[in-house]
Amino acid sequence: MSTANHTGGFHHAHHFDSAEHQYESSKQGIWLFLVTEILMFGGLFVGYSIYHSLYPQVFHAGSKQLSVVLGALNTVVLLFSSFTMALGINYVQRGLRNKAIIALAVTIACAAIFMVVKFFEYTHKFHVGTVPGKYAYTEELSASGEKVTKVGALLAEANKLSVVEREHKLHLDETEYEHLTLLEKTKNWPLFFGFYFVMSGIHGLHVLAGAFLIFWVLLKVIKNQVGPEYFTPVEGVGLFWHVVDLIWIYLFPLLYLVG
Amino acid sequence: MAHEQHNYLNHQKGIWSWLTTLDHKRIGIMYFVAIMSFFFLGGVFALLVRAELFTPGKTLFSADVYNRMMTYHGAIMVFMVIVPGIPAIFGNFVLPIMIGAKDVAFPRLNLMSWYMLMIGAAITGSTLFLENVDTGWTFYTPYSSIKTGLGVIPMVLGVFIIGFSSILTGLNFIVTTHKLRAPGMTMNRIPLMVWALYSTAILQVLATPVLAITLLLLIAEKTLGVGIFDPQLGGDPVLFQHFFWFYSHPAVYIMILPAMGVISELVATYSRKVIFGYTAIAYSSLAIAGVSFLVWGHHMFVSGQSEFAGVLFSFITMLVGVPTAIKLFNWIATMYKGSIRLDAPMLFAIGFMFLFTIGGLTGVYLASTGMDIHFHDTYFVVAHFHYVMVGGTLMALMGALIYWFPKVTGKIYSDLTGRISWVFIFSGFNVTFFPQFILGNMGMPRRYYDYLPTFTELNQMSTFGSWLIGTGFLIGLFGVIYALLKGKEAGNNPFGGKTLEWTIPSPPPHENFEKTPVLTGGPYEYR
Ligand code: HEM
Ligand SMILES: [Cu+2]
Repeated sequence: MSTANHTGGFHHAHHFDSAEHQYESSKQGIWLFLVTEILMFGGLFVGYSIYHSLYPQVFHAGSKQLSVVLGALNTVVLLFSSFTMALGINYVQRGLRNKAIIALAVTIACAAIFMVVKFFEYTHKFHVGTVPGKYAYTEELSASGEKVTKVGALLAEANKLSVVEREHKLHLDETEYEHLTLLEKTKNWPLFFGFYFVMSGIHGLHVLAGAFLIFWVLLKVIKNQVGPEYFTPVEGVGLFWHVVDLIWIYLFPLLYLVG
Repeated sequence: MAHEQHNYLNHQKGIWSWLTTLDHKRIGIMYFVAIMSFFFLGGVFALLVRAELFTPGKTLFSADVYNRMMTYHGAIMVFMVIVPGIPAIFGNFVLPIMIGAKDVAFPRLNLMSWYMLMIGAAITGSTLFLENVDTGWTFYTPYSSIKTGLGVIPMVLGVFIIGFSSILTGLNFIVTTHKLRAPGMTMNRIPLMVWALYSTAILQVLATPVLAITLLLLIAEKTLGVGIFDPQLGGDPVLFQHFFWFYSHPAVYIMILPAMGVISELVATYSRKVIFGYTAIAYSSLAIAGVSFLVWGHHMFVSGQSEFAGVLFSFITMLVGVPTAIKLFNWIATMYKGSIRLDAPMLFAIGFMFLFTIGGLTGVYLASTGMDIHFHDTYFVVAHFHYVMVGGTLMALMGALIYWFPKVTGKIYSDLTGRISWVFIFSGFNVTFFPQFILGNMGMPRRYYDYLPTFTELNQMSTFGSWLIGTGFLIGLFGVIYALLKGKEAGNNPFGGKTLEWTIPSPPPHENFEKTPVLTGGPYEYR
C-alpha cells in the first residue's frame, strides 16, 4: 500500500490520486477503528452501570479495596504519556527527528511504568485473596459444606493474631484489615472484581498493544521512513494511544473512586 | 484469438500470487471459494439434522450428537456463510468497480480480513475434533458458561476473530465509498448495491464490537468465573441475551441488506427500466440499519423483561416493516410495465421477493407480544428465520452469482442450468420450511431431538424438501464448473446492465479502468 523508503521519496498507492488523498482516507479508517474500540468498551461500561445500580454496596466495598494512590499515579502517567505522544507527532511532522525519538521513547517508558504499577496492584490483590468470581472461594474449605472466601479465610487467620503480628506476618495493615472486613460482610463482592479484572485487564492489553505500536513507529522514525512528507502511521498510532488513555480516564473514577 | 487479453486473472500466476494478492477482485474470488466450502459443510450438517428428524425418537444418532450437529449447522451458516457471504464475495468484487475506483481503500487490510476469516474458521472448526460444542449458535448462558464443556472457548474465540474480519471489511467499504468515488459519482449516483453495502458496513462497524465484548465476557466467565452472567455471584444470565441480541438483531440486517442491494440491481437490469424511487430505496437501507439497533428486545419477550419494554420493542420492531415495504413496492413498481426477462437471476430475484415477504410478515406475528408467547421457541420461529435468511440471502446470492459470473470469469453461466437449479431450490425450500410454520403452530418446540408422533408427516415432508434444496445447490455448483470449462465467451455486457462494471472488459483488467471514468448521470438510465 504505502511505500516510503525515505521521507523524501514517499509515493502514494496507485489507487489514490495524491498523497493527501491517501492520508485523508487512512485517517478516516483509523477513526472508524477507534469507534469500534469505544463501542467494545461501551458494552463493559453498560454492564458495569447496570450492576452498580443494582448492588451499590458491592461496588462500594469493592472500590474501597483498590489503592486510589496507585490508580491516580497511573492516571498521571498516562496523561503525561498522551502529552509526549502528541509532542512526538508534532516533532515528526516538523522533521525534528531526534526530539521525536526522545518523545516516543518517553511515551513507551510511561506505558511500561503503567504496566509495572498494574503488576503490583494485581499481585497484591491476589495475595490478599481478592480475585475474580469463582477463584474468590477456597477449594479445601468449601468441601466442608459452607463456601468460604479467600478473604474470609485470611481474616479468620488474622483475627488470631495481634495487630503487630498481623502486619508483620500477613502484610495487612489496619486500614486494609478494615477494608477486607467490609468486603467480607458484603454479599456478592466477587462481582465487582469480575468487572475490575476484566475491564482493567482488557485495558492493560490495549496499553501493551499501544506500546508495541509506538515502538513500531519509533523504528520508522529511526529508519527515516516517516517525516514531514509522510507521517500517517505516527498519527494513527497516536490517535490509538489517546483513546487508550481516554478509556482509562473513565475507568479510573468508575473503579477506584465511585464508592 | 491470437493474443490473449491482459486481465486480473492472468496478471500474475501461481497459487502464491493469489494468497498474497492485494487485488480486490481476486480477494473476492478467494472469499467465494472459502465461503462456499463452509456452505457445503454447513449444508451437510443441515441435511443430517433433517435426516435425524425423519422419524420421532432415534433415527440415526444420539441426542448428544444431534445437539452438536445443530450447533455447527447454525454457527457455520450464520457466522461463516450468511453474514460474510454477499459483502465479502460480491461486495469485494463489484463495489470498487461500481464507483469507478481502482481498488478498495485499504487493500492489505482487505487481504488481512480474508486471513482472519480463515483463522477464525480454523479455530472454530478445530472444536469439531477437540471438543464438540452443543450450545446452539446463540451460546446462551448459563448453559454455555457453567454447564457444558470447554470447547465453547475455542468456538467463541473463532467467532470473535471472524467478527474482526467483518468489522475490517465494513471499515474498508465505508472509507472506499466515501473517498474513492470517480469524478461525477455523487452519493446520489452510486448504484443501489453500493448503498446497500454501505449501510451494511455501518452495521458491521457499529454492531460487531458489542458481539466481540460479549464473547470475551463469555470466555472470561468460563475461564475465570468472573460472575457477570452467573446468578450465584450476583450476575445475570439474561444480560448475555441483551448483549447478544444487541449485535445479532442488527446482524440479521447485515445478512439481508446486501441481498436487497443485489435484488435492486437485478430488478433494474432485467426490467430494462429506470429503477423506481432510487432515493427511497437508497435511504431505506440507512433507515433499516438505524432502526435495527433499537429492537433487540423482541427476542426476549418471554425472558421476564418488563411489560413496558415488551410493548416498546414490539412497536419499534414493526417500524422496520416500513422501510422494508418501501423497497418491495419500489421493486414492484420498477417491474410494472417493464420489459421483464425471466432469466435465471431474475427468477432468483422474484423468489427472493416472494420468500422474503412471507418471512417478513411472519416476523410481524412474532413481534406481537401476545402471539410470540405462543410461537416463541417453536418451529414457527425456525421457519420464519429460514424464510428471511435462506429465502432472502441465499436466493440473492445465487442470483448475484449467475448475474456477475460473466464479469468475473469472462464466461457465461448457462441460464438453463440456473433455472433448473432455481426450480429445485425454490420448490424444495417451500416444501422444507412451510410445514415448519404449521409444526410450530401445533406446538413442536425448536432445537429438540425428539417430537410427538403426530408431527411425523410434516417432519418427513420437511426432510424431503431439504433433499430438493441440496440437489438444487449441487446443480448450481455444477453450473459453475460447467461454465468455467465450457461456458461461452461473455463479452463486456451480456445482460445490458447500466452500472460501471459493465463498461469494462470481462474479466476486468488488473486496475479495473484504463482511464478513470467520469460520471454525468445516475446509474440506471434505461428510458
Ligand atoms: C430481515 C431479515 C430477518 C432476518 C434475517 C431475521 C432473522 C431471525 C432469526 C435468525 C431469528 C431467530 C433467532 C434465534 O435463533 O433465536 C429471528 C427471530 C425473530 N424475528 Fe426475525 N429476521 C428478520 C426479519 C424480521 C422482521 C421484519 C421481524 C418483525 C417485523 C422479525 C421479528 C422476529 C422476532 C420477534 C423473532 C423472535 C421470535 C422468538 O424467538 O420468539 N424478524 N429472526
Ligand atoms: Cu431480531
